[in-house]
Amino acid sequence: MSKNFGVSERGYYGQFGGAFIPEMLYPNVEELREKYLTIMQEPAFQEELQDLLRNYVGRPTPLYHAKRLSEKYNTKIYLKREDLNHTGAHKINNTVGQILLAKRLGKTRIIAETGAGQHGVATATVCALAGLECIVYMGKIDTERQRPNVEKMRLMGATVVPVTSGSQTLKDATNEAIRDWINHPEDTHYIIGSVVGPHPYPDMVTRFQAVISEEIRKQLLEKEGRELPDYVVACVGGGSNAAGAFYHFLDEESVQLVAVEAAGLGVDSGHSAATSVLGKTGIIHGSKTLLMQTEDGQITEPYSISAGLDYPGVGPLHAHLAQSGRARFIAITDVDAMVALRELSRLEGIIPAIETSHALAALKELNAGPNDVVVLNLSGRGDKDLNTILTYFEQLDGQ
Amino acid sequence: MANNRLTRLFQEKQGNLLNVYFTAGYPNLEDTVTILEELQLAGADLVEIGMPFSDPLADGPTIQASNMVALENGMTVKMLFQQLQGVRDNVSLPLILMGYLNPVLQYGFENFCRDAAAVGVDGFILPDLPFAEYEEEYKPILEQYGLSLIFLITPQTSEARIRQIDQLSSSFIYMVSSASTTGSQVQSSDSQKAYFQKVRDLGLRSPLLIGFGISDKPSFELACQSAHGAIIGSAFIKALQEPAEVRENVRSFLRLIKG
Repeated sequence: MSKNFGVSERGYYGQFGGAFIPEMLYPNVEELREKYLTIMQEPAFQEELQDLLRNYVGRPTPLYHAKRLSEKYNTKIYLKREDLNHTGAHKINNTVGQILLAKRLGKTRIIAETGAGQHGVATATVCALAGLECIVYMGKIDTERQRPNVEKMRLMGATVVPVTSGSQTLKDATNEAIRDWINHPEDTHYIIGSVVGPHPYPDMVTRFQAVISEEIRKQLLEKEGRELPDYVVACVGGGSNAAGAFYHFLDEESVQLVAVEAAGLGVDSGHSAATSVLGKTGIIHGSKTLLMQTEDGQITEPYSISAGLDYPGVGPLHAHLAQSGRARFIAITDVDAMVALRELSRLEGIIPAIETSHALAALKELNAGPNDVVVLNLSGRGDKDLNTILTYFEQLDGQ
Repeated sequence: MANNRLTRLFQEKQGNLLNVYFTAGYPNLEDTVTILEELQLAGADLVEIGMPFSDPLADGPTIQASNMVALENGMTVKMLFQQLQGVRDNVSLPLILMGYLNPVLQYGFENFCRDAAAVGVDGFILPDLPFAEYEEEYKPILEQYGLSLIFLITPQTSEARIRQIDQLSSSFIYMVSSASTTGSQVQSSDSQKAYFQKVRDLGLRSPLLIGFGISDKPSFELACQSAHGAIIGSAFIKALQEPAEVRENVRSFLRLIKG
């Protein structure tokens, strides 16, 4: 556990975190808080988890030296290939862990929220694996935008509930999942998909995702003879892939941590999701963190071309990394992300998710030297985004 | 310890207390004080004024929708305090502000307490304010302004925690009738009866008001058998949607409950 960036007993990272929840959720969250570390440390739990990560998820994922990309940016770039996981993104690292935890807690019903559908698919997948009932809340607008993921979830036996409250996107899907949990306090476990929510979720999800940085250190030692890169770059919506990629480097001051947010149409355009720039301290989904909101404290709807970065808050760890200056936060626009997506596709034959493409677009802003080692967390593959990608480039090229 | 209209109410009236919730700025922006005046005339004992929030986690569809309408009408915490200026000239009912923590924090917790006390508010329900933070940061401020904080308990709340809440409470405890968001129907199930009985048997020092799922005379009376009174929210919000004038809607609804 990190000395300087670990979570406190009550779930705080600096001034961010905590568990700001109504009493109706208290017993659930308290049960989890009391048990998660003990369960996660049980040898039998670890054995089952490691077996699934290896044989089901497909870990360790490769650390790939991207030569043509490196040449382009005149530095040494490694891609951590989370896109090669089962279901196509890092999300499954966490859902595999949480489903094992839920079973040990005796839960029989699983709920989840999803924006782009990647976390929903990863949850439906592990529920099928474990034979547990699965209900996924998804904003009605997102169910229409991400139809293939909805069909995948249904194929694996999950119930997808289109959410029509509020703005009908990820924030509202999360609200509805929490309301479901309030209405089913005893038999249900809520698998949160990012490092957000009340304590212990940010810490628990970070620990499940920390497998990413653990592997990076080992793989880098094999390839470069050193465990520490000069830069670790990852995109941030809620921030789970970044938390996983940063975890084992948090106390290594020589490693520059770079978190990349979605600027949407531009940070000052009114259509952005760059929470570290636009957010103020506030409370969302049970956690005190940086939050995009009005002067009156109403939560505002963010915008990004990527449904996965389209969240008005960030995890409390990230809020702390931003405020303390430990991580550098960069905001990347839709257009720069899409250009980077096409660039990686053509240079390396890898089509990244639009979320990940934001991290790729930040490469040009790093000023990394020719002898520097940059590790970029390739959080997900772009198959799910094909419609958005094609439509976007048709419009861009047609202009 | 707060000594205000709330504590006096529970000293003076022992049972059948009717607490009505409505959302400030709903159905129309300027209805807040009208509804308060009419609730007093129609015989409510205390009132919870909801401060609308974009993401009301513990609320069901009816109150969520009223929050959205109120926000679209332009309701804010600041405006609510403006509307409540002078409300004490006509309204003597205890008044509680109910809302989520984020808008309060943006207003500034101390400013919020100061301005609430200045217009004659007696207490708050802030369901997402945790105990530890309350005790460390906020309790001294509330006490300075003579305001009560009302805590919730549910069927899943442990006895030890109920006793802790009882000790922290300076007016009443909000007893959530079942595991639910607001507006779901109360069922007089055996498990619910057992829960009511269990809490009664604890012999708490604080009075109890039952909320969530109280929608009509029978459910109000049932709740009053197990507690000092009950809280009605969603059913009242629905009544405000009737085509008649606001005052008439308030009167008709309270006649249904109390008549």
